This record gives sequence, C-alpha cells and structure tokens, in this order.
Amino acid sequence: MDNIICVCGHENPKGTILCGNCGRPLTDEAEKQKLLDMRYEGSARRSQTYNKSMIDKVWNFFSSVKIGVSLIVIILVAAAIGTILPQVLYVPATTETDIAAYYERVYGTFGEIYYKLGLSDLYGSWWFQTLIGMLGISLIVASLDRVIPLYKSLKKQRTRRHESFMKRQRLFGKGQNTLGDSSLLKSEEKLKELRYNVKVENGALLAEKGRFSRWGPYVNHAGLIIFLFGVMLRALPGFYVDETLWIREGETRAIPETPGFYLESKEFILETYDKSQADEVFGEAIERVGTIASNYQTDVILYQKPEDALPGDTKNLKQIKEESIQVNKPLKFEGFAVYQMDFRLDELRSMQFSLINKETEEPLGDLSIDLVNPEKTYKVGEDSTVELLGYYPDFSGFEDGEPQTKSPLPNNPAFLVKMITPQTPKGETSFVAIKQTLEPLGENEYKLAFQNVETRDVSGLTIRKDKTLWILALGGLLFMIGVVQGAYFNHRRIWIHETTDGQLAVAAHTNKNWFALKKELDQVSEIAQLPAYEDQQELETEVDKKDGEKSS
Amino acid sequence: MAQMKQKRLLIRTVILAILILAIVYTIYTNATKERSAILGVGDEAPDFTLVDLNGEEHQLSDYKGQGVFLNFWGTWCKPCTKEMPAMDRQYEVYKEQGVQILAVNIAQSNLEVQNFADQYGLNFPIVMDRTKSVMHAYNIDPLPTTLLINPDGKIERIITGEMTEQDIASFMEQIKPE
Repeated sequence: MDNIICVCGHENPKGTILCGNCGRPLTDEAEKQKLLDMRYEGSARRSQTYNKSMIDKVWNFFSSVKIGVSLIVIILVAAAIGTILPQVLYVPATTETDIAAYYERVYGTFGEIYYKLGLSDLYGSWWFQTLIGMLGISLIVASLDRVIPLYKSLKKQRTRRHESFMKRQRLFGKGQNTLGDSSLLKSEEKLKELRYNVKVENGALLAEKGRFSRWGPYVNHAGLIIFLFGVMLRALPGFYVDETLWIREGETRAIPETPGFYLESKEFILETYDKSQADEVFGEAIERVGTIASNYQTDVILYQKPEDALPGDTKNLKQIKEESIQVNKPLKFEGFAVYQMDFRLDELRSMQFSLINKETEEPLGDLSIDLVNPEKTYKVGEDSTVELLGYYPDFSGFEDGEPQTKSPLPNNPAFLVKMITPQTPKGETSFVAIKQTLEPLGENEYKLAFQNVETRDVSGLTIRKDKTLWILALGGLLFMIGVVQGAYFNHRRIWIHETTDGQLAVAAHTNKNWFALKKELDQVSEIAQLPAYEDQQELETEVDKKDGEKSS
Repeated sequence: MAQMKQKRLLIRTVILAILILAIVYTIYTNATKERSAILGVGDEAPDFTLVDLNGEEHQLSDYKGQGVFLNFWGTWCKPCTKEMPAMDRQYEVYKEQGVQILAVNIAQSNLEVQNFADQYGLNFPIVMDRTKSVMHAYNIDPLPTTLLINPDGKIERIITGEMTEQDIASFMEQIKPE
C-alpha cells in the first residue's frame, strides 16, 4: 500500500531511501545529494515506518538516537551530582533523623537541601533507576530497529547497482575499459588475493570484506544490556548481599543475611611497620608519615546453629572454623565472604574504681565494673559493698532529674551507686560519671575514685555475596568484543561494472579507514587497469559526514 | 501486509511489556528492600526463642492461639521507653483476653534492662536478644518497631515509631483472639 516501487521494479517499504535492489535514490532529498548517506544502507528504519498506535509511538520514542543520547547525558549529569556530597551509605549515621542532622551539621544549608531533595541516596532513588531502565529500553529498541533492516539489506545486496548509486559513492571513477572482458577477471583475482569475498554476475562485480564489523555496535549494546540485567538481578533476593557488621572483641553476633551463621570476635589486631626492621627506602617513608599499618586483622570463630534451632537459640552453636580475617583475605563460607573493612580502637570495656574516704583518702578497696555486663552489687574490701542502682553507658545529661543514655555503647559511662560501708550502714548515694561526681542526696563521706580503664577494639566487617559477577563479566566482555569488532575492523565494498555504453564504472565504500580502502583499490586498479577514481568528499568541502551507526 | 503489521505490533507490545515489567519490579524490590526484604503483612512470623530477665524461655510458637504484641526496644531509645508504661497498662487489660506482649531488648545488659523494668514496674516478659539474631530475622530498623501477630501466627501489622496508649489499645483489640 504505502510501498515505494523503484524504477527497477523492486518494492521497498515506506521510509526507504535507497532501493534495496539496485541502489537508486528513492527520495528527492537523496536525489539532490552528491554523495549518498550510506548509514543503514538507506533502508527504512522501522521506527519511521508506522506511527499509528500508542505502542508504536512509545516504540518510536525509545528507538530515537536523540532520546538515547539525551538519556545518557541526563544520567551522567545526575550521577555527577551524586558525587558532590557523600551518599547515605558512607555517612556515619543510621536513623533517618541522625542522617538528616549529619548533613545539616557537616555541610550546612547546602547539605540540608541536598538531603531533602533526596540526592543523598541518588543511586538508589526510583527516578535514577527509572532513567537507567529507560536507557536499557532505548538500547534494546534502537538496536533492534536498526540491526534487523541493516542485516536484511546487506544480506540481499545485488551485485549490479544502478549508476545513480555508483556515482554518489565517495570513491567513484568511470572511463575506458582498456582490457575488455579480462578487466573483471583480473580484478576478481586481485581482490580475492586481498581476501575479499567476490561475486561476479553479468559484467558486474561486488567485492566485500569485514561485514561483521558492522555488527560491532550491536554486540556492544548486547553486552551493555546483559550488564544492566546483572545489576538488575542484584535487587532480587539471594543474588546479592552487602552488609556491615560491627563486632567487638569477645562478642558473638548473628551474621546478617546468612542462614543461621554466627561470628565471634576473639581479637582485633593492628600492626604497624617497624622502622628498625624496614628497608632503608621504607624507613624514610615511615619517618615522614609516622606509623604505617602493615596488618589489619580480626581473629574470629564461625559458628552455625543446628538445623532445627530457632533464631535466638544460641545454646548449641556448632563451631565451623577458626580463622584470621585480613584485608583481602576474607573468611569464606557457603558463597559468602566476610571482609576486614574498618575498625575502632579502644572502646571502653571495664572501669576500675577505689572506694575511698573523702577526708582521709583512705581506700577501703577496689572494684571493677564490666561495662558490657555490669553486676548488681560489688563487694569491696572486707565489709563494704557498692550497689549499682543505675548504669548509663552513653550518658548525655539529665531529663526530669533522670539520667539519660543516648546509645547502648559505653562511650561515656555513668553510674548511680549506693555505697555501704561500716561507717555508713544506711548507704550513701552518688552519681559517678567521667570527670563528674554528684551527690544528689546530700554530702557523702565516701566516694568512688576512678583508677583505670580497660578497653577493647571493634572490627568493622563487610559480608558479601555476589552471584551476578559472572553475568557482569560476560556483559563487560561482550561490550569489549563489540568495541574491537566495530573499531578495528572495517566493512569495505568495491563495485565494478560494465556500463551500457561499454565503459567501466568503479565505486567503493567503507565505514571507516578510507585510506586503506584507497590503497587496496589502487592495487586492483593497477593490475586490472581500472579507470581512475576520485575522492568526491575531498573535492567537496562541506559535506556533512555523520556516521549514525557509530556506537555510543 | 496487514498481517505483518499486526505481528509487528504484537512483538513490540510484548517486548515493551517485558522490559517495563522488569524495571518496575526492580525499582519496587529496591525500594522495599531496606525496610524488610522478607517480612510483610500477612507473612508467617518467623519463630524464635529467647530467654527473659528471669531466665525463662519464650518461644513465639508457644503463643499460638493468642495475639502477640512483639515490640523491639532498647533503654537508650526514648520513644521506646516512653511507650513502655502505656504498654504495661494495656497488658493488664488485655492479657486476660489472650494478648501477650514480648518486648525484645537489643543486646543490652541485664542490669540496665532490669533496672528499667523495676523503675516502671513492668510486668510483661522482656526477652534479651544478645546476638541480635532475632533482630536480623525480623529485619528490624529503626527502633522502636512493633509487630502485631494474630492468633494464627501471621503478621497483622508492622508499626515503626512511637505509639500512643490509644494506638496500643486498638492494636491489642485487633489481634485479640475471637
């Protein structure tokens, strides 16, 4: 119905620029051009064919290279904005309010706006993911829309092209056929030597090589799509785990996202290079920088709960293995890997006090309060006791006379104690915090004098599982193959035929590297005495040479 | 020709539908992943067993047939401590009607929790999640988080943040056995 019928009788779909059979230009525009626009072989891009239903409109939207490029630019700009301030993932706060406060405190008003606009979690935002998804659709639709017609038109190429096609090629020559019939034969021989595929039909010759280079961009796109698919899989349960676990020396913790595994931290070790033992070269560096860490290590025991045990039941944990986790030497089990990522040194573990008489400073004895698991009463000396009425591991002040703790971590421990001594059998109440002692119920005779602390280290571990890696690797590999295919190989074609008036016409086309094509054509011309050709683009200065097939 | 066009339209529709579905699904799972990857309303509440302050063991499945008001908390978390006295008052009202409270403390010391319970005279069992395994199993973040578990052991509702006494009463009403 809407098909275009060429002079040669071939029926072309609507939107075709060059006849699929003889190569005659079919549009007025192409007719006026001195050189043909050879992208997609002048075939009808499918998107330009139908534009009636809603589906076709959506399809054509995504098929547009302009839309694809716009999407890439928008994604680039958005991704760049996401790097201005650290993302939520890297901010030392966990709850929404803490995170908001952090951005405001550290980055001021800009940080506040940044957070409120949701830019602090840009890569996880629905709109960013939508953009990536749209780019994926664009890649698939645009590729399908181009690769299928291109494949079809390259497959059914005719050996003899119309002269109007020939003379609009960049390399074109026409002249006397000096050798007669043998010119095509000689050309064929030489071209085969140059590893062309040669077809000869009725006094016309088509030599072609490197056609697969035309598929480079589409192979490349397929790689990208596979890559995006791999990233998409990460959202599904079971494919990807990336969790953080802070664990203190002596603690046993459930490993998040794992089926019933527990980890106990025995010790965190930080080692530095010893200057006296280091080589001269490094000695200098150590002197300049101070200390240089040589090892970050957490010694752990991995446990697994019995199959029938419920969460919370840690009575019968089975020891799986004992290992030292070092940087780049993770603990591995059942597809999971636990990496050494971070540490905090010297978190308070226990505090030692002396119970002393305030006036005489005479000590009645010592006590050590375990900050992780404090006891109710401590016996001090012969016949005194200290009762712990309250423990506030991260003391942050009073509220309605009530001491408050702002976290469960012993960052700033405070105690409400009752001291019972032979002199004060009813007991004296005291509030003991670091650098602060209050006596809320009147003047006391005794006090707890701070003696010493014991500390422990905290290991920051990362738990990883990634079943998508091989998909990402495959995508990346295909991407590179596509790049190499499209960039380092050229699709070269040479047409030679006898014209009706007994002359010889030569035309040649390549998608890149015209210099090499000319060199090859020169070799053929010399042997077969072909008419001299001209590079019509060099003659013409302002020809718009845009190659839309180049991969993005 | 018309047939070809119809085929083309069908192929286009199918391709676009698959792609759009895949993207919507990805965005949806990403958006809900942080809150709770595994748990949702209507799911079976994962069974667990924890020991309370008095050394008694509490297994969730033992309370089948009763409604369970499962609350995750810590003494450092102000909204948690604020709602506790109200929870205790409603516990007194609803425990006869078959609603049980289990308050899961996140890895704190017995002393801190006992002191707190004594101070407010809390009567419901407070169980200690020392390894945070129950917290992980329920994907709890932030505190306080409360799960309403109906007599069939299914999750009725997940509440994050502070509740008023009225809220608590109506929630308990909701999971009361018939």
